[in-house]
Amino acid sequence: MFRRTASTSARALPGFGLTLGYTVLYLSLIVLLPLSALLLRAGGLGWDQFWETVTHPRVVASYRLTFGTSLAAATINAVFGLVVAWTLVRLRFPGRRLLDALIDLPFAMPTAVSGIALAAVYSPHGWLGQVLEPLGVKVVYTPIGIMLALTLIGLPFVVRTLQPAIADLERETEEAAASLGASRWQTHRRVIFPSILPALMTGFALALARAIGEYGSVIFVSSNLPMKTEIASLLIVSKLDQYDVGGATAIAVMMLFISFGMLLVINGLQRLASRRYREAL
Amino acid sequence: MGPSAASAHRGIAAGHAAAPRLQGTTADARWLEWLFIGVSWAFLALVLLVPLGAVFCEALREGLRAYFDAFDDPYAWSAIRLTLFTAAIAVPANVVFGLAASWAIAKFEFRGKTVLITLIDLPFAVAPVVSGLIYVLLFGMTGWFGPWLASHDIQIIFAAPGVVLATIFVTFPLVARELIPLMQEQGTDEEEAAASLGAGGWQTFRRVTLPNIKWALMYGVILCNARAMGEFGAVSVVSGHLRGKTHTMPLHVESLYNEYNFVAAFAVASLLAMLAVATLAVKTAVQWRMQRELQDSAEP
Repeated sequence: MFRRTASTSARALPGFGLTLGYTVLYLSLIVLLPLSALLLRAGGLGWDQFWETVTHPRVVASYRLTFGTSLAAATINAVFGLVVAWTLVRLRFPGRRLLDALIDLPFAMPTAVSGIALAAVYSPHGWLGQVLEPLGVKVVYTPIGIMLALTLIGLPFVVRTLQPAIADLERETEEAAASLGASRWQTHRRVIFPSILPALMTGFALALARAIGEYGSVIFVSSNLPMKTEIASLLIVSKLDQYDVGGATAIAVMMLFISFGMLLVINGLQRLASRRYREAL
Repeated sequence: MGPSAASAHRGIAAGHAAAPRLQGTTADARWLEWLFIGVSWAFLALVLLVPLGAVFCEALREGLRAYFDAFDDPYAWSAIRLTLFTAAIAVPANVVFGLAASWAIAKFEFRGKTVLITLIDLPFAVAPVVSGLIYVLLFGMTGWFGPWLASHDIQIIFAAPGVVLATIFVTFPLVARELIPLMQEQGTDEEEAAASLGAGGWQTFRRVTLPNIKWALMYGVILCNARAMGEFGAVSVVSGHLRGKTHTMPLHVESLYNEYNFVAAFAVASLLAMLAVATLAVKTAVQWRMQRELQDSAEP
């Protein structure tokens, strides 16, 4: 499979066989072998048992919750990530570099810390929770809390994919739009937005994919009740706790397929958006 | 807006390089700018900064003594030890892999290269608990190698080796991902020059390649370390929650929290939060350094 194509000069560098061999071996042992165990195990379940497991009402409820809160969180991140990315690239203000650096914090922060931190602030006795409680908004132990946790962990994705796209925008195009009589709002909507839409969708897809698999931060802010606030990852864990390895495998494989399908759709939309943008030019 | 008009305008603008910019046409109203800055900070404060501050406040709620008492606990120390032990294996393992993979991918042309790069990213697409599950399927009691391991009295799942393996999987692409694009960009000229001057492979790598990639490598190592020490989902599945044996720091935080031992839970969490902030600080410093070196080398 991995055969060298270009036969380089006699001074070719050494180490091709060694490094590639090690790469493939390590990749196979750590990643490919375990992942194939997942697929084979799911295949070994038999269709009836697989289907029965993944269509059980409790499982379906967990999928609905997981994908619903993930979509909501990715949407929140798309909206605010756009504002943050625009602010960081286009505006000059004191503290800009600090804000820029802080965006990466959710990448570095252990998810358990994110979860426990949100639980502390948004619980009914927390700093912000006691403000929201009289307004009838319960955050912790409800789907809103799950959404909040997923927003936190997905925050860097949209900002980091949008920043280069906004930096690449040519000011001349905006000037041209303005000189042709477009209002600033029209320029934003008709010129700027279409050109950064593909990057925005990439960021959205990355945040969504990350949110669907998230576990550590969610279990701290959710009441983890079956049918209500139980995410798919938690259901996998509780199946394993009951030694139902087959059930856990079926749910995991189904989850992989659904998120894979969603990413395919988003990729297709993204390609459509960038093609339409190019054609418009 | 017609495309031809736009390109015509661009042509004119290019012709008159010193032409004054159309005042106010590419800038938004001042109040709108302040609104953007305000919304950005408010969003970050609500989801990130206030919660992070709360971790430290809750940890210190009953004073410094209670804070330090949280670490006067053999379970806390065993969790810290296991976390350090795990990172001490996972990070070097992924560094060696990252160096090997980026050398093979960046310095040579071969068929299947794109497939290989995609496969390296695969662990990012797998949910954390599924990353733990796949090792249970291999090494657990009912797994492929389960019976063989049991008959030889080797325990991987519900023991430290499982924790290490799951951590390696989760942090697998982090170093390679930083190195591959950089080394592809740098090409092979310098290494080929060194080789033609008679340098051996190892010497070329150590004297020529390593200095060129040192900042990116460090960047990868820091990120890999932070993720290795902070991983929760994958480790939770393979650990079996044996206190004092297979609890890492994040798992210890969870069990303290579930026992309503809040001060201790937040104290251990604050240690992890400090690790995250330190990681961010070093990462930002390295990033600025990389940019400066890039600018310096661009200017003759």
